[in-house]
Amino acid sequence: MIPPLRKDVAEACFEYLLRLGDDLLILGHRLSEWCGHAGILEEDLALANLALDCLGQANNCLALAGQIEGKGRTADDLAYFRDETAFRNCALVEQPNGDFATTIVRHFLFCTASFYLYEKLQESSFAPLAAIAKKSLKEIIYHHRHAREWMIRLGDGTPESHLRAQQALNELWMFTAELHQTDPLEAKLIQEGIAPDRAALVDKWKQTISQVLNEATLTIPPEGYMYSGARLGRHTEYLGHLLSEMQIVARSHPGAKW
Amino acid sequence: MHITKEQVIELLHQVRDPEIPVLSVVDMAIIRNITISSEGIVVQITPTYSGCPAMHVIEQDIQSTLQAHGLKNIRIELILDPPWTTDWMSDIAKTKLQEYGIAPPHLTDPANEQLVPLSSKKKKIDCPFCNSSTTIATSEFGSTPCKSYYFCNDCRQPFEYFKSI
Repeated sequence: MIPPLRKDVAEACFEYLLRLGDDLLILGHRLSEWCGHAGILEEDLALANLALDCLGQANNCLALAGQIEGKGRTADDLAYFRDETAFRNCALVEQPNGDFATTIVRHFLFCTASFYLYEKLQESSFAPLAAIAKKSLKEIIYHHRHAREWMIRLGDGTPESHLRAQQALNELWMFTAELHQTDPLEAKLIQEGIAPDRAALVDKWKQTISQVLNEATLTIPPEGYMYSGARLGRHTEYLGHLLSEMQIVARSHPGAKW
Repeated sequence: MHITKEQVIELLHQVRDPEIPVLSVVDMAIIRNITISSEGIVVQITPTYSGCPAMHVIEQDIQSTLQAHGLKNIRIELILDPPWTTDWMSDIAKTKLQEYGIAPPHLTDPANEQLVPLSSKKKKIDCPFCNSSTTIATSEFGSTPCKSYYFCNDCRQPFEYFKSI
């Protein structure tokens, strides 16, 4: 049983959990695409492990979203039977894996933001969300460690690895604004003490990013166009393709069990 | 219902962790609470990792083990808070792991609950086969989310370390 929420708060909370859950579901799916393809066995295991954590965390968020919604939808229903425009993940996580550097840069940018977000979410006034945050944070810490160590090896490695890491940063940077954006929906939850203000966490995020990039001999890309709108369903072209693969079995055989 | 909490725990010792069969779900500290009332038995369990793929099997095994002993109306509840930690594993459990060939988890370090600086000291893990401490981490991620890979430079054996979390 979950604690009762006022109707408007419950609606906002449902959307918010889709944002959290979809970020992890899509990122987890992307990481799982590496399974069997990574350059070395250790990294194949690492990326598969990280993918599994993301899917587990997504499952916790989406299951709670379904309970709040109260229409009997399960985490699986939400994952497999929503269309592209109903997904609430940020655009960063749906970007293709590219080369190994792109995958690592994407994960590094994302889980640095997750760390500061979930650190605050532990204090959420909505107990089931605080519980998810406490559980997830332990995992986010080693995700961050893994990504950071690779950032330094790639950035401060060979000229080729440096070039690729910098290129990945340059390409993905425009998707980082969404990690810190708030809107009226989140403002309501901030007021209720359910969610932290993402905008207030941007300085810490940037500080950690700068520190690591500095050590990795990489540079923060210059200011430019920043993408936004994915949280409202305006995704980049890649999400639809990802979903078609992720959802095909469940949609071809609805209700199938094994 | 004429059964005590202790008796239920005793039965649950028969439920093995499917990935590390040397440990029971009680050893793993996955069982968080047991409530017995006239309505039945509620077993609260917590996952080791968010994505632990063994949780469904564990739930089914708990159900079937208790049912096999004539117990009815068993409900299993999944809880997340407080999050599972290897610090809850008993010394007996750690000894069993060691004998099984998996280096048992060290106690967690609160300093590791922050973003750790790069220069942080690497943990020294003793080889479960020869107790040598001249070992080296080969992969932070292993065959299951809860283990990492090490190599012993003395007995020249690869081994797994149960990560502390």
